[in-house]
Amino acid sequence: MQLLETRPNPSRVMRWAAPALAILLTLLAAALIFAMLGKPPLNAFHVFFIEPLETANGWSELALKAAPLILIAQGLALGFRARVYNIGAEGQLLMGAVFASGVAIWTDGIESAWILPAMVIAGAVGGGLWGALPALLRTRFRAQETLTTLMLTYVATYFLSWLVSGPWRDPGGSNFPQSILFSDSAMFAPIFEGLRINSSIWITVVAVPLFWLFVSRSFAAYQIAVGGEAAAAARYAGFSAERTVWLSLVVSGAAAGIAGAAEAAGPVGQLTLSLSPGYGYAAIIVAWVGRLHPVGIVLAGLLMALIYLGGESAQVSMQLPAAISWLFQGMLLFFLLGADTFVDYRLKRRRVETAAARGANGA
Amino acid sequence: MIEHLIPILAVTLAAATPLVFAGLGELVTEKSGVINLGVEGMMLIGAVAGFAGALQWGVFGGLICGALGGMLASLPFAFLTLSLGTNQSATGLALTIFGIGLSAFIGQFFVSQGLPGLQPLRIPLLASIPFLGPILFTQTFVVYLSWLAFAIVAWVLARTRWGLILRAVGESPDAAHAIGYPVIRIRYLATLFGGAMSGIGGAYLSTVYTPLWVQNMTAGRGWIAVALVVFATWKPGRLMFGAYLFGGMTILQLHAQGLGIALPSQLLAAVPYVATILVLVLISRDRKLLQQNLPASLGKPFISN
Repeated sequence: MQLLETRPNPSRVMRWAAPALAILLTLLAAALIFAMLGKPPLNAFHVFFIEPLETANGWSELALKAAPLILIAQGLALGFRARVYNIGAEGQLLMGAVFASGVAIWTDGIESAWILPAMVIAGAVGGGLWGALPALLRTRFRAQETLTTLMLTYVATYFLSWLVSGPWRDPGGSNFPQSILFSDSAMFAPIFEGLRINSSIWITVVAVPLFWLFVSRSFAAYQIAVGGEAAAAARYAGFSAERTVWLSLVVSGAAAGIAGAAEAAGPVGQLTLSLSPGYGYAAIIVAWVGRLHPVGIVLAGLLMALIYLGGESAQVSMQLPAAISWLFQGMLLFFLLGADTFVDYRLKRRRVETAAARGANGA
Repeated sequence: MIEHLIPILAVTLAAATPLVFAGLGELVTEKSGVINLGVEGMMLIGAVAGFAGALQWGVFGGLICGALGGMLASLPFAFLTLSLGTNQSATGLALTIFGIGLSAFIGQFFVSQGLPGLQPLRIPLLASIPFLGPILFTQTFVVYLSWLAFAIVAWVLARTRWGLILRAVGESPDAAHAIGYPVIRIRYLATLFGGAMSGIGGAYLSTVYTPLWVQNMTAGRGWIAVALVVFATWKPGRLMFGAYLFGGMTILQLHAQGLGIALPSQLLAAVPYVATILVLVLISRDRKLLQQNLPASLGKPFISN
């Protein structure tokens, strides 16, 4: 059953070719699915990947979706490098949105330039706290962060649901579970007239080089990386594993929280149940496809945003459920993980074996 | 009070049944040294496959379709983690995301269709035992099936050669390989079994418990099942106890008024997830308890050169 043998050295080519290969395989599988549904694949690809980008509005939507994905994935990648698997960014995003919305609701009717920065900070605090909780549980009680972060996502969802159907429900909103619409001082201003793209994307634009600097230059990031690659070596060098857990979870939580604040104060404009179309989960894939590298993540985030847009346009023009983008996301991660194997391993060469078998038969 | 309690406990058993199936399956998978975080995705695929099957062939056919669906869903996970040695956590997560998407995609054809549901099967004599009878023996046949599954899993693990081999593979794959057991093949079988059981759990949700197809209808039950295996310290008996405990919590919001709990339903709905975290903390802090029971090779790929 063993198909593989270890490469003498990890393949540098495969490390960067693997994402390309995974994207290619996902496209092939997608073509197969479209064909099975009786939709001509080329036509479907046009709907999925070209049509969304034919208008200025399409590019605005692309940036609007890519910005939170990239921001969250930068934070997650930090932890993944240290093998701290925060898979609850969705919950941290929601808590960020809740905290930011709290500021917006309490300051409603006040006009001040401080409201928006306060909301962003509140979002970072909300998301950071929601990340700190699993960090505490992991360092203090050794509870696995994979399960705790995910469970906390469900808790955050229900908490938000309670807020918008109870204490924070818009009294004039005919009983819909949503908060009041935020005032202009609690909203990011649109960059272009008539498009949804807003100034919150500058947060991501600034964050990417900061993350890059942090990852490539700081000692803390070096400790994180060593902890992930060789835990024993990190311990020997006296690097604190606990600090790595805290740093990874709090930073990734805060990044997700800011993304949540930007969603509430941007395209959504209020606190609602349908605040995030699963950005927190998709960002996990973005981090992986982007090779946990700040620049790779930007490219992967743009691709994932396009998959989201394509899903929406397929919903409109091909009557496919929007969940099809989840299907493609799952396949992308499958193929990527499979392709990644060939960084360290290669297929066993069978030739020698067959020749030996033939010799045995001949004798 | 007792009159109130009987229906609530009876519904608790019904609500816990998906957790029983999925939890037992994941327990067997983990015993072989493989942790599959894709339970949620496999349950969803099982749910949609089961619903489709039940429309054609009734509930029993639906459960079989669910088992097949869950098993098929676990196949890419098994291939990637076992034949290619990929990271099990990441691959399981991919399976969950894939399962959410695939089930929603297939499920679009079944939205707004209904199933007749299933009449409970009264077991003669036993059902007339006071108090216990109406709780335990007036359930649907699927609940009885889950007890049978528990009995078989517990017996096989504790009393048979198969169980011994499974545990050997999970504890020390190198030793098992050296003796000549096909480690990878055994892990494949354990993973497929886990997939089938998750699929049955999902199919039960969509064909008996609800009985409807709703997108994302498992609502985290797959993840709770994974946590239950830790809670149970990999012991089937404790898994059953945990499943019923959590089954009770999932229906808390429906019976809160009757029990005199005055909390908003959304906060009550969060209770099982908070409880899962608490339980994980309680179990994980006890280092000895975990180390004695954790399959030693859990999560580590086995590649023999």
